[in-house]
Amino acid sequence: MRNLLPILTVLLAIVAIWYVAAIGMNSTWARDQAARAETRLSAGDLVIQTLTLERPVLPAPHQVAAGLWEGIAGQKITSKRSLVWHGWITLSATLTGFAIGSLAGILLAVGIVHDRAMDQSVMPWAVASQTVPILAIAPMVIVVFASAGITGLLPKAVIAAWLSFFPVLVGMVKGLRTPDRMQLDLMRSWSASRPQMFWRLRLPSSLPYLFASLKVGIAAALVGTIVGELPAGASAGLGARLLSGSYYGQTVQIWAALFAAAALAAGLVIAVGRIEAVTLRRMGLAR
Amino acid sequence: MIEANAVSLTFQTADGPVHALKDVDLSIGAGEFVSFIGPSGCGKTTFLRTIAALESPTGGALTVNGMSPDEARRARAYGYVFQAPGLYPWRTIAGNISLPLEIMGFGKADRAERVRRVLELVDLEGFGGKFPWQLSGGMQQRASIARALAFDADILLMDEPFGALDEIVRDRLNEALLELWRKTGKTIGFVTHSIPEAVYLSTRIVVMSPRPGRITRIIDSPLPAERPLDIRDTPEFIALAHEVREGLREGHGDDI
Ligand SMILES: Nc1ncnc2c1ncn2[C@@H]1O[C@H](COP(=O)(O)OP(=O)(O)OP(=O)(O)O)[C@@H](O)[C@H]1O
Ligand SMILES: [Mg+2]
Repeated sequence: MRNLLPILTVLLAIVAIWYVAAIGMNSTWARDQAARAETRLSAGDLVIQTLTLERPVLPAPHQVAAGLWEGIAGQKITSKRSLVWHGWITLSATLTGFAIGSLAGILLAVGIVHDRAMDQSVMPWAVASQTVPILAIAPMVIVVFASAGITGLLPKAVIAAWLSFFPVLVGMVKGLRTPDRMQLDLMRSWSASRPQMFWRLRLPSSLPYLFASLKVGIAAALVGTIVGELPAGASAGLGARLLSGSYYGQTVQIWAALFAAAALAAGLVIAVGRIEAVTLRRMGLAR
Repeated sequence: MIEANAVSLTFQTADGPVHALKDVDLSIGAGEFVSFIGPSGCGKTTFLRTIAALESPTGGALTVNGMSPDEARRARAYGYVFQAPGLYPWRTIAGNISLPLEIMGFGKADRAERVRRVLELVDLEGFGGKFPWQLSGGMQQRASIARALAFDADILLMDEPFGALDEIVRDRLNEALLELWRKTGKTIGFVTHSIPEAVYLSTRIVVMSPRPGRITRIIDSPLPAERPLDIRDTPEFIALAHEVREGLREGHGDDI
C-alpha cells in the first residue's frame, strides 16, 4: 500500500501530459476544420473538439480507454472486432513460439556447456541470428511458410521462437556454469556421472538464471508474434489490428491494440514471475 | 592405507612449470590423524587432491588402501571436506547429506538411517529439516563433515575445514573432531595453517615447504590420545609446537 502513492502520482502525471499533448497535436486539425466551416472557435470549444475527434492525431486517454472497453467488453469474443479474440490469436502464437524458443535455448545451452565443439561454434551463430533485423526476416518467414501451404499460428510462432530463444540460451549457459570448482570437485569425489552432475548440480543452480531469462524471452516472443502479424495478409491478431488501424487512420484502434499488447506482455511476465516465485520458494532458494 | 613413493606433480602453466610436489614420500597407517602444515603454496592442497584422485601425479607412485587413487575413489575410500561447506542452498541439511548417498545408489530407508546417524555424530540432531542458510557457519561446516562421513569411507580428507571460522568455534569443532575420530577410528588427513590446531589434533605432523613443494619434517606426537583443550598449556604441547615452528622456519630458509 505504501507503494501505491508514488505509482498513482506518476500515472496521474503521465495522463496529464498526455492530455496536454493531445490538445496540442490535434489543435491544427480542429482549427483547419473550423476555418473551412468559416466558424470561429472559442478556447473552450477548441479543447472539447481536440479531445473528441473521430480520427485524432493523438487520441486522448479517455478515447483510448473507451476504445479498449469497446474492444474487450462491447463485442462477442468470437467477433472479429473483439480485442479478446485478437489477443487470443496473438497469445496462442506467442506461447507456442515461446515454448519452442525456450526449449531450443535450453537444449543449445546444455550442448554448449557439455561439448567443446558446440561451445565454440554455436554462440557466434546465435548472436548473428539476433543481429538480423526481425522486420526483414518476418515477411520472408511468412512467405516461405505460405508457399508450403502453412499459414496462421505456426509461422508467427517461428518468428516468436527466433526472438525468444536467445535470451534463454544466454541465461541458461550462464546458469549452468555457475557451480564453482569446489562444487564440481565434490561431485567428482563421489564419482558422480555426468548426468548426475547435470540433474543434481548444474540444473538446480541454473534455475534463478533461467527464470530471469524466461521473463525476457516471453516478452520477446510477444514482440516477435506481433511483428509476424504485420505483413499484409494477416487478418487476425493484435499486430493485424495495429496494421488495419493504420490503414484506415483509426488511431483510437491502434492505441487500443497497443495497450492490449502491453497489458498482455505485462500479464505474461507477471505469470512467469509467479511461477518463478513458487518454484524458488519450494526449492528453498527464496529467502 | 596411503602410500606415497617419490610422488611429484608439476603443473604446466603459461609462466612455465610449477613444481607443486616434488619427491613426496609418506606412509599413513590406518587410524592415524595426520596434519599437513606449511606456508601458502607448498602443495598441501595438491597432495590431498592427488590422494583423492582429483589431480594425477606426474611422477612417483601413490596407492590408497592398496589401490590406485582412482580405484579407491570408486570404492568410496574417502570423504573430502573443503574449506567452505559447499552445501546446496536448495537442499535441506538432511537432503545435502543424503546427496552423495543418492549418487552412490543407497536405498531410501538406508539413506534416512545414515543421515540420522551422522547428524547425531556431528551433534546436529534436529537440524535435518533446516536449510543451510538457517545455520551458523560452524554448523554448516559440521554438516559438510557429516556429509563426508555418511557413506562410511575409512579415510577423511580435510582441507582447512575450519580455516574460515573464528577461534572459539574452531576450538569447539577441534574438540568435536577429535571425539569423532576416537569414536569412528577413521584415518584423517588434515590441512591447516595453525600450529596449535595441528599439534592439538594430530598423531603425526607433516611439515612442508614450497618451491618445490616437499616434506621437510615429519613429527610424531607424544601426546596421549585423550586430549582435553587445556592440554595446550602443558610443557609437552608447547615443546611440540616449538618443534613444528622450527621445522617451518628451516623449510623457509632465509625467506622470513
Ligand atoms: N590447477 C593448478 N594449475 C597450476 N598451478 C597450480 C594448480 N593448483 C595449484 N597450483 C600451484 O601449485 C602450488 C601448490 O598449490 P597448493 O594449492 O597445493 O598450495 P597450498 O599448500 O594448499 O597453499 P594454501 O595454503 O595457500 O592453500 C602453488 O604454487 C599453486 O600456484
Ligand atoms: Mg590449500
